[in-house]
Amino acid sequence: MSLYRDEGVVLRTQKLGEADRIITLLTRSHGRVRAVGKGVRRTRSKFGARLEPFTHVDLQIYEGRSLDVVQQAETLASYGDRIADDYGRYTSGTVMLETAERLTAEEREPATQQFLLLVGGLRTLAEAAHAPGLVLDAFLLRSLAVAGYAASFDDCAVCARPGPHPFFNVPAGGAVCGTCRPSGSVSPARSTLDLLAALLTGDWVVADASDPRTRREGNGLVAAYLQWHLERGLRSLPMVERT
Amino acid sequence: MYEGVVQDLIDELGRLPGVGPKSAQRIAFHLLAADPVDVRRLVHVLTEVKDKVRFCKTCGNVAEQEECRICRDPRRDRSVICVVEESKDVVAIEKTREFRGRYHVLGGAISPIEGIGPDDLRVRELMTRLADDEVTELILATDPNLEGEATATYLARLVKPMGLRVTRLASGLPVGGDLEYADEVTLGRAFEGRRLIDV
Ligand SMILES: [Zn+2]
Repeated sequence: MSLYRDEGVVLRTQKLGEADRIITLLTRSHGRVRAVGKGVRRTRSKFGARLEPFTHVDLQIYEGRSLDVVQQAETLASYGDRIADDYGRYTSGTVMLETAERLTAEEREPATQQFLLLVGGLRTLAEAAHAPGLVLDAFLLRSLAVAGYAASFDDCAVCARPGPHPFFNVPAGGAVCGTCRPSGSVSPARSTLDLLAALLTGDWVVADASDPRTRREGNGLVAAYLQWHLERGLRSLPMVERT
Repeated sequence: MYEGVVQDLIDELGRLPGVGPKSAQRIAFHLLAADPVDVRRLVHVLTEVKDKVRFCKTCGNVAEQEECRICRDPRRDRSVICVVEESKDVVAIEKTREFRGRYHVLGGAISPIEGIGPDDLRVRELMTRLADDEVTELILATDPNLEGEATATYLARLVKPMGLRVTRLASGLPVGGDLEYADEVTLGRAFEGRRLIDV
């Protein structure tokens, strides 16, 4: 019998038996973990809303033979209420959770950078200072970069010739020059690539000033880029409400 | 693994919600040892429930006719609709005897991570019912969890142009508990939903 303590963000919950749930968490030191929340569906559960998606919790977990069990949970930050308050935030936030789950392929494999990125992304989303769609795209680009799939929006992704370049190719990894341009490349507006570069680096002044058309083209490229790097599509991505 | 039909029974039982392989095996052996009359009665009820029970064409609740008992009842207030996720929620609210209006059963909550969006629930049917000007109040009684809240937010925004009175069930401290055990979200909601004490 062994106990461990860690902090984590609740990614997903699934009903188990009469009153329990399996809680999927992304933790700071133990990577993605699945643990049973006993009795959480009862209205008098000691856990209350602490094991709901979007909650950042301090946990004590008992390592079971087949499934771990959450013994104690204290809220560090709860973003769920602010996120569920707005349908755009809710759908964008859900994609962030699903992406974090999918980009941490192995359970128990430490993914501290992904964890920190998720906490930061959810906090920004809940603060509602920027459009939810932009917060989502910034998170997706950075999260893919941490997973080893950084996109280039300036230098050519094939020959590294300094940009800007007028073409973009998803399989090649981003912007491509006129010489390297593989077939199937698209030619997005210059402002779109500037927006994506700003989202990747966290330049919110540029990102907030972008117009709806640029954002639309930008999130189309981000979605294509994400789908290319994940084996199967995300369930939540087609449901994102963009305004 | 057991032979043929016994294993089939265990497999079928194991597909039921909340029944794991161990429980499936336990139920299967209980049935094997049970009186044939009891088993036949169970089989009869199972067949009957699939033959007779359907979903109310108005509210989506389980019904034995085209419309459920509640929708057919002329004493129910037709100006109020209470939206719930499942038929079991109708039963729970009916037990309180607090509500005299009618229901609308969505068939779940919006959960993008499970691939369930508004189009997968009985939202369009709700909008059709609301277009009828008999209804003046909508009570959103989806579960007090994240998905239930998000579903209520979505519906509230969708019906806003219709100018109805839209309310959400109060959520807060469970009766019979100690304040110190409440988590921050529950306690926060309890503050939001506090009411005047009239003495
Ligand atoms: Zn009905």
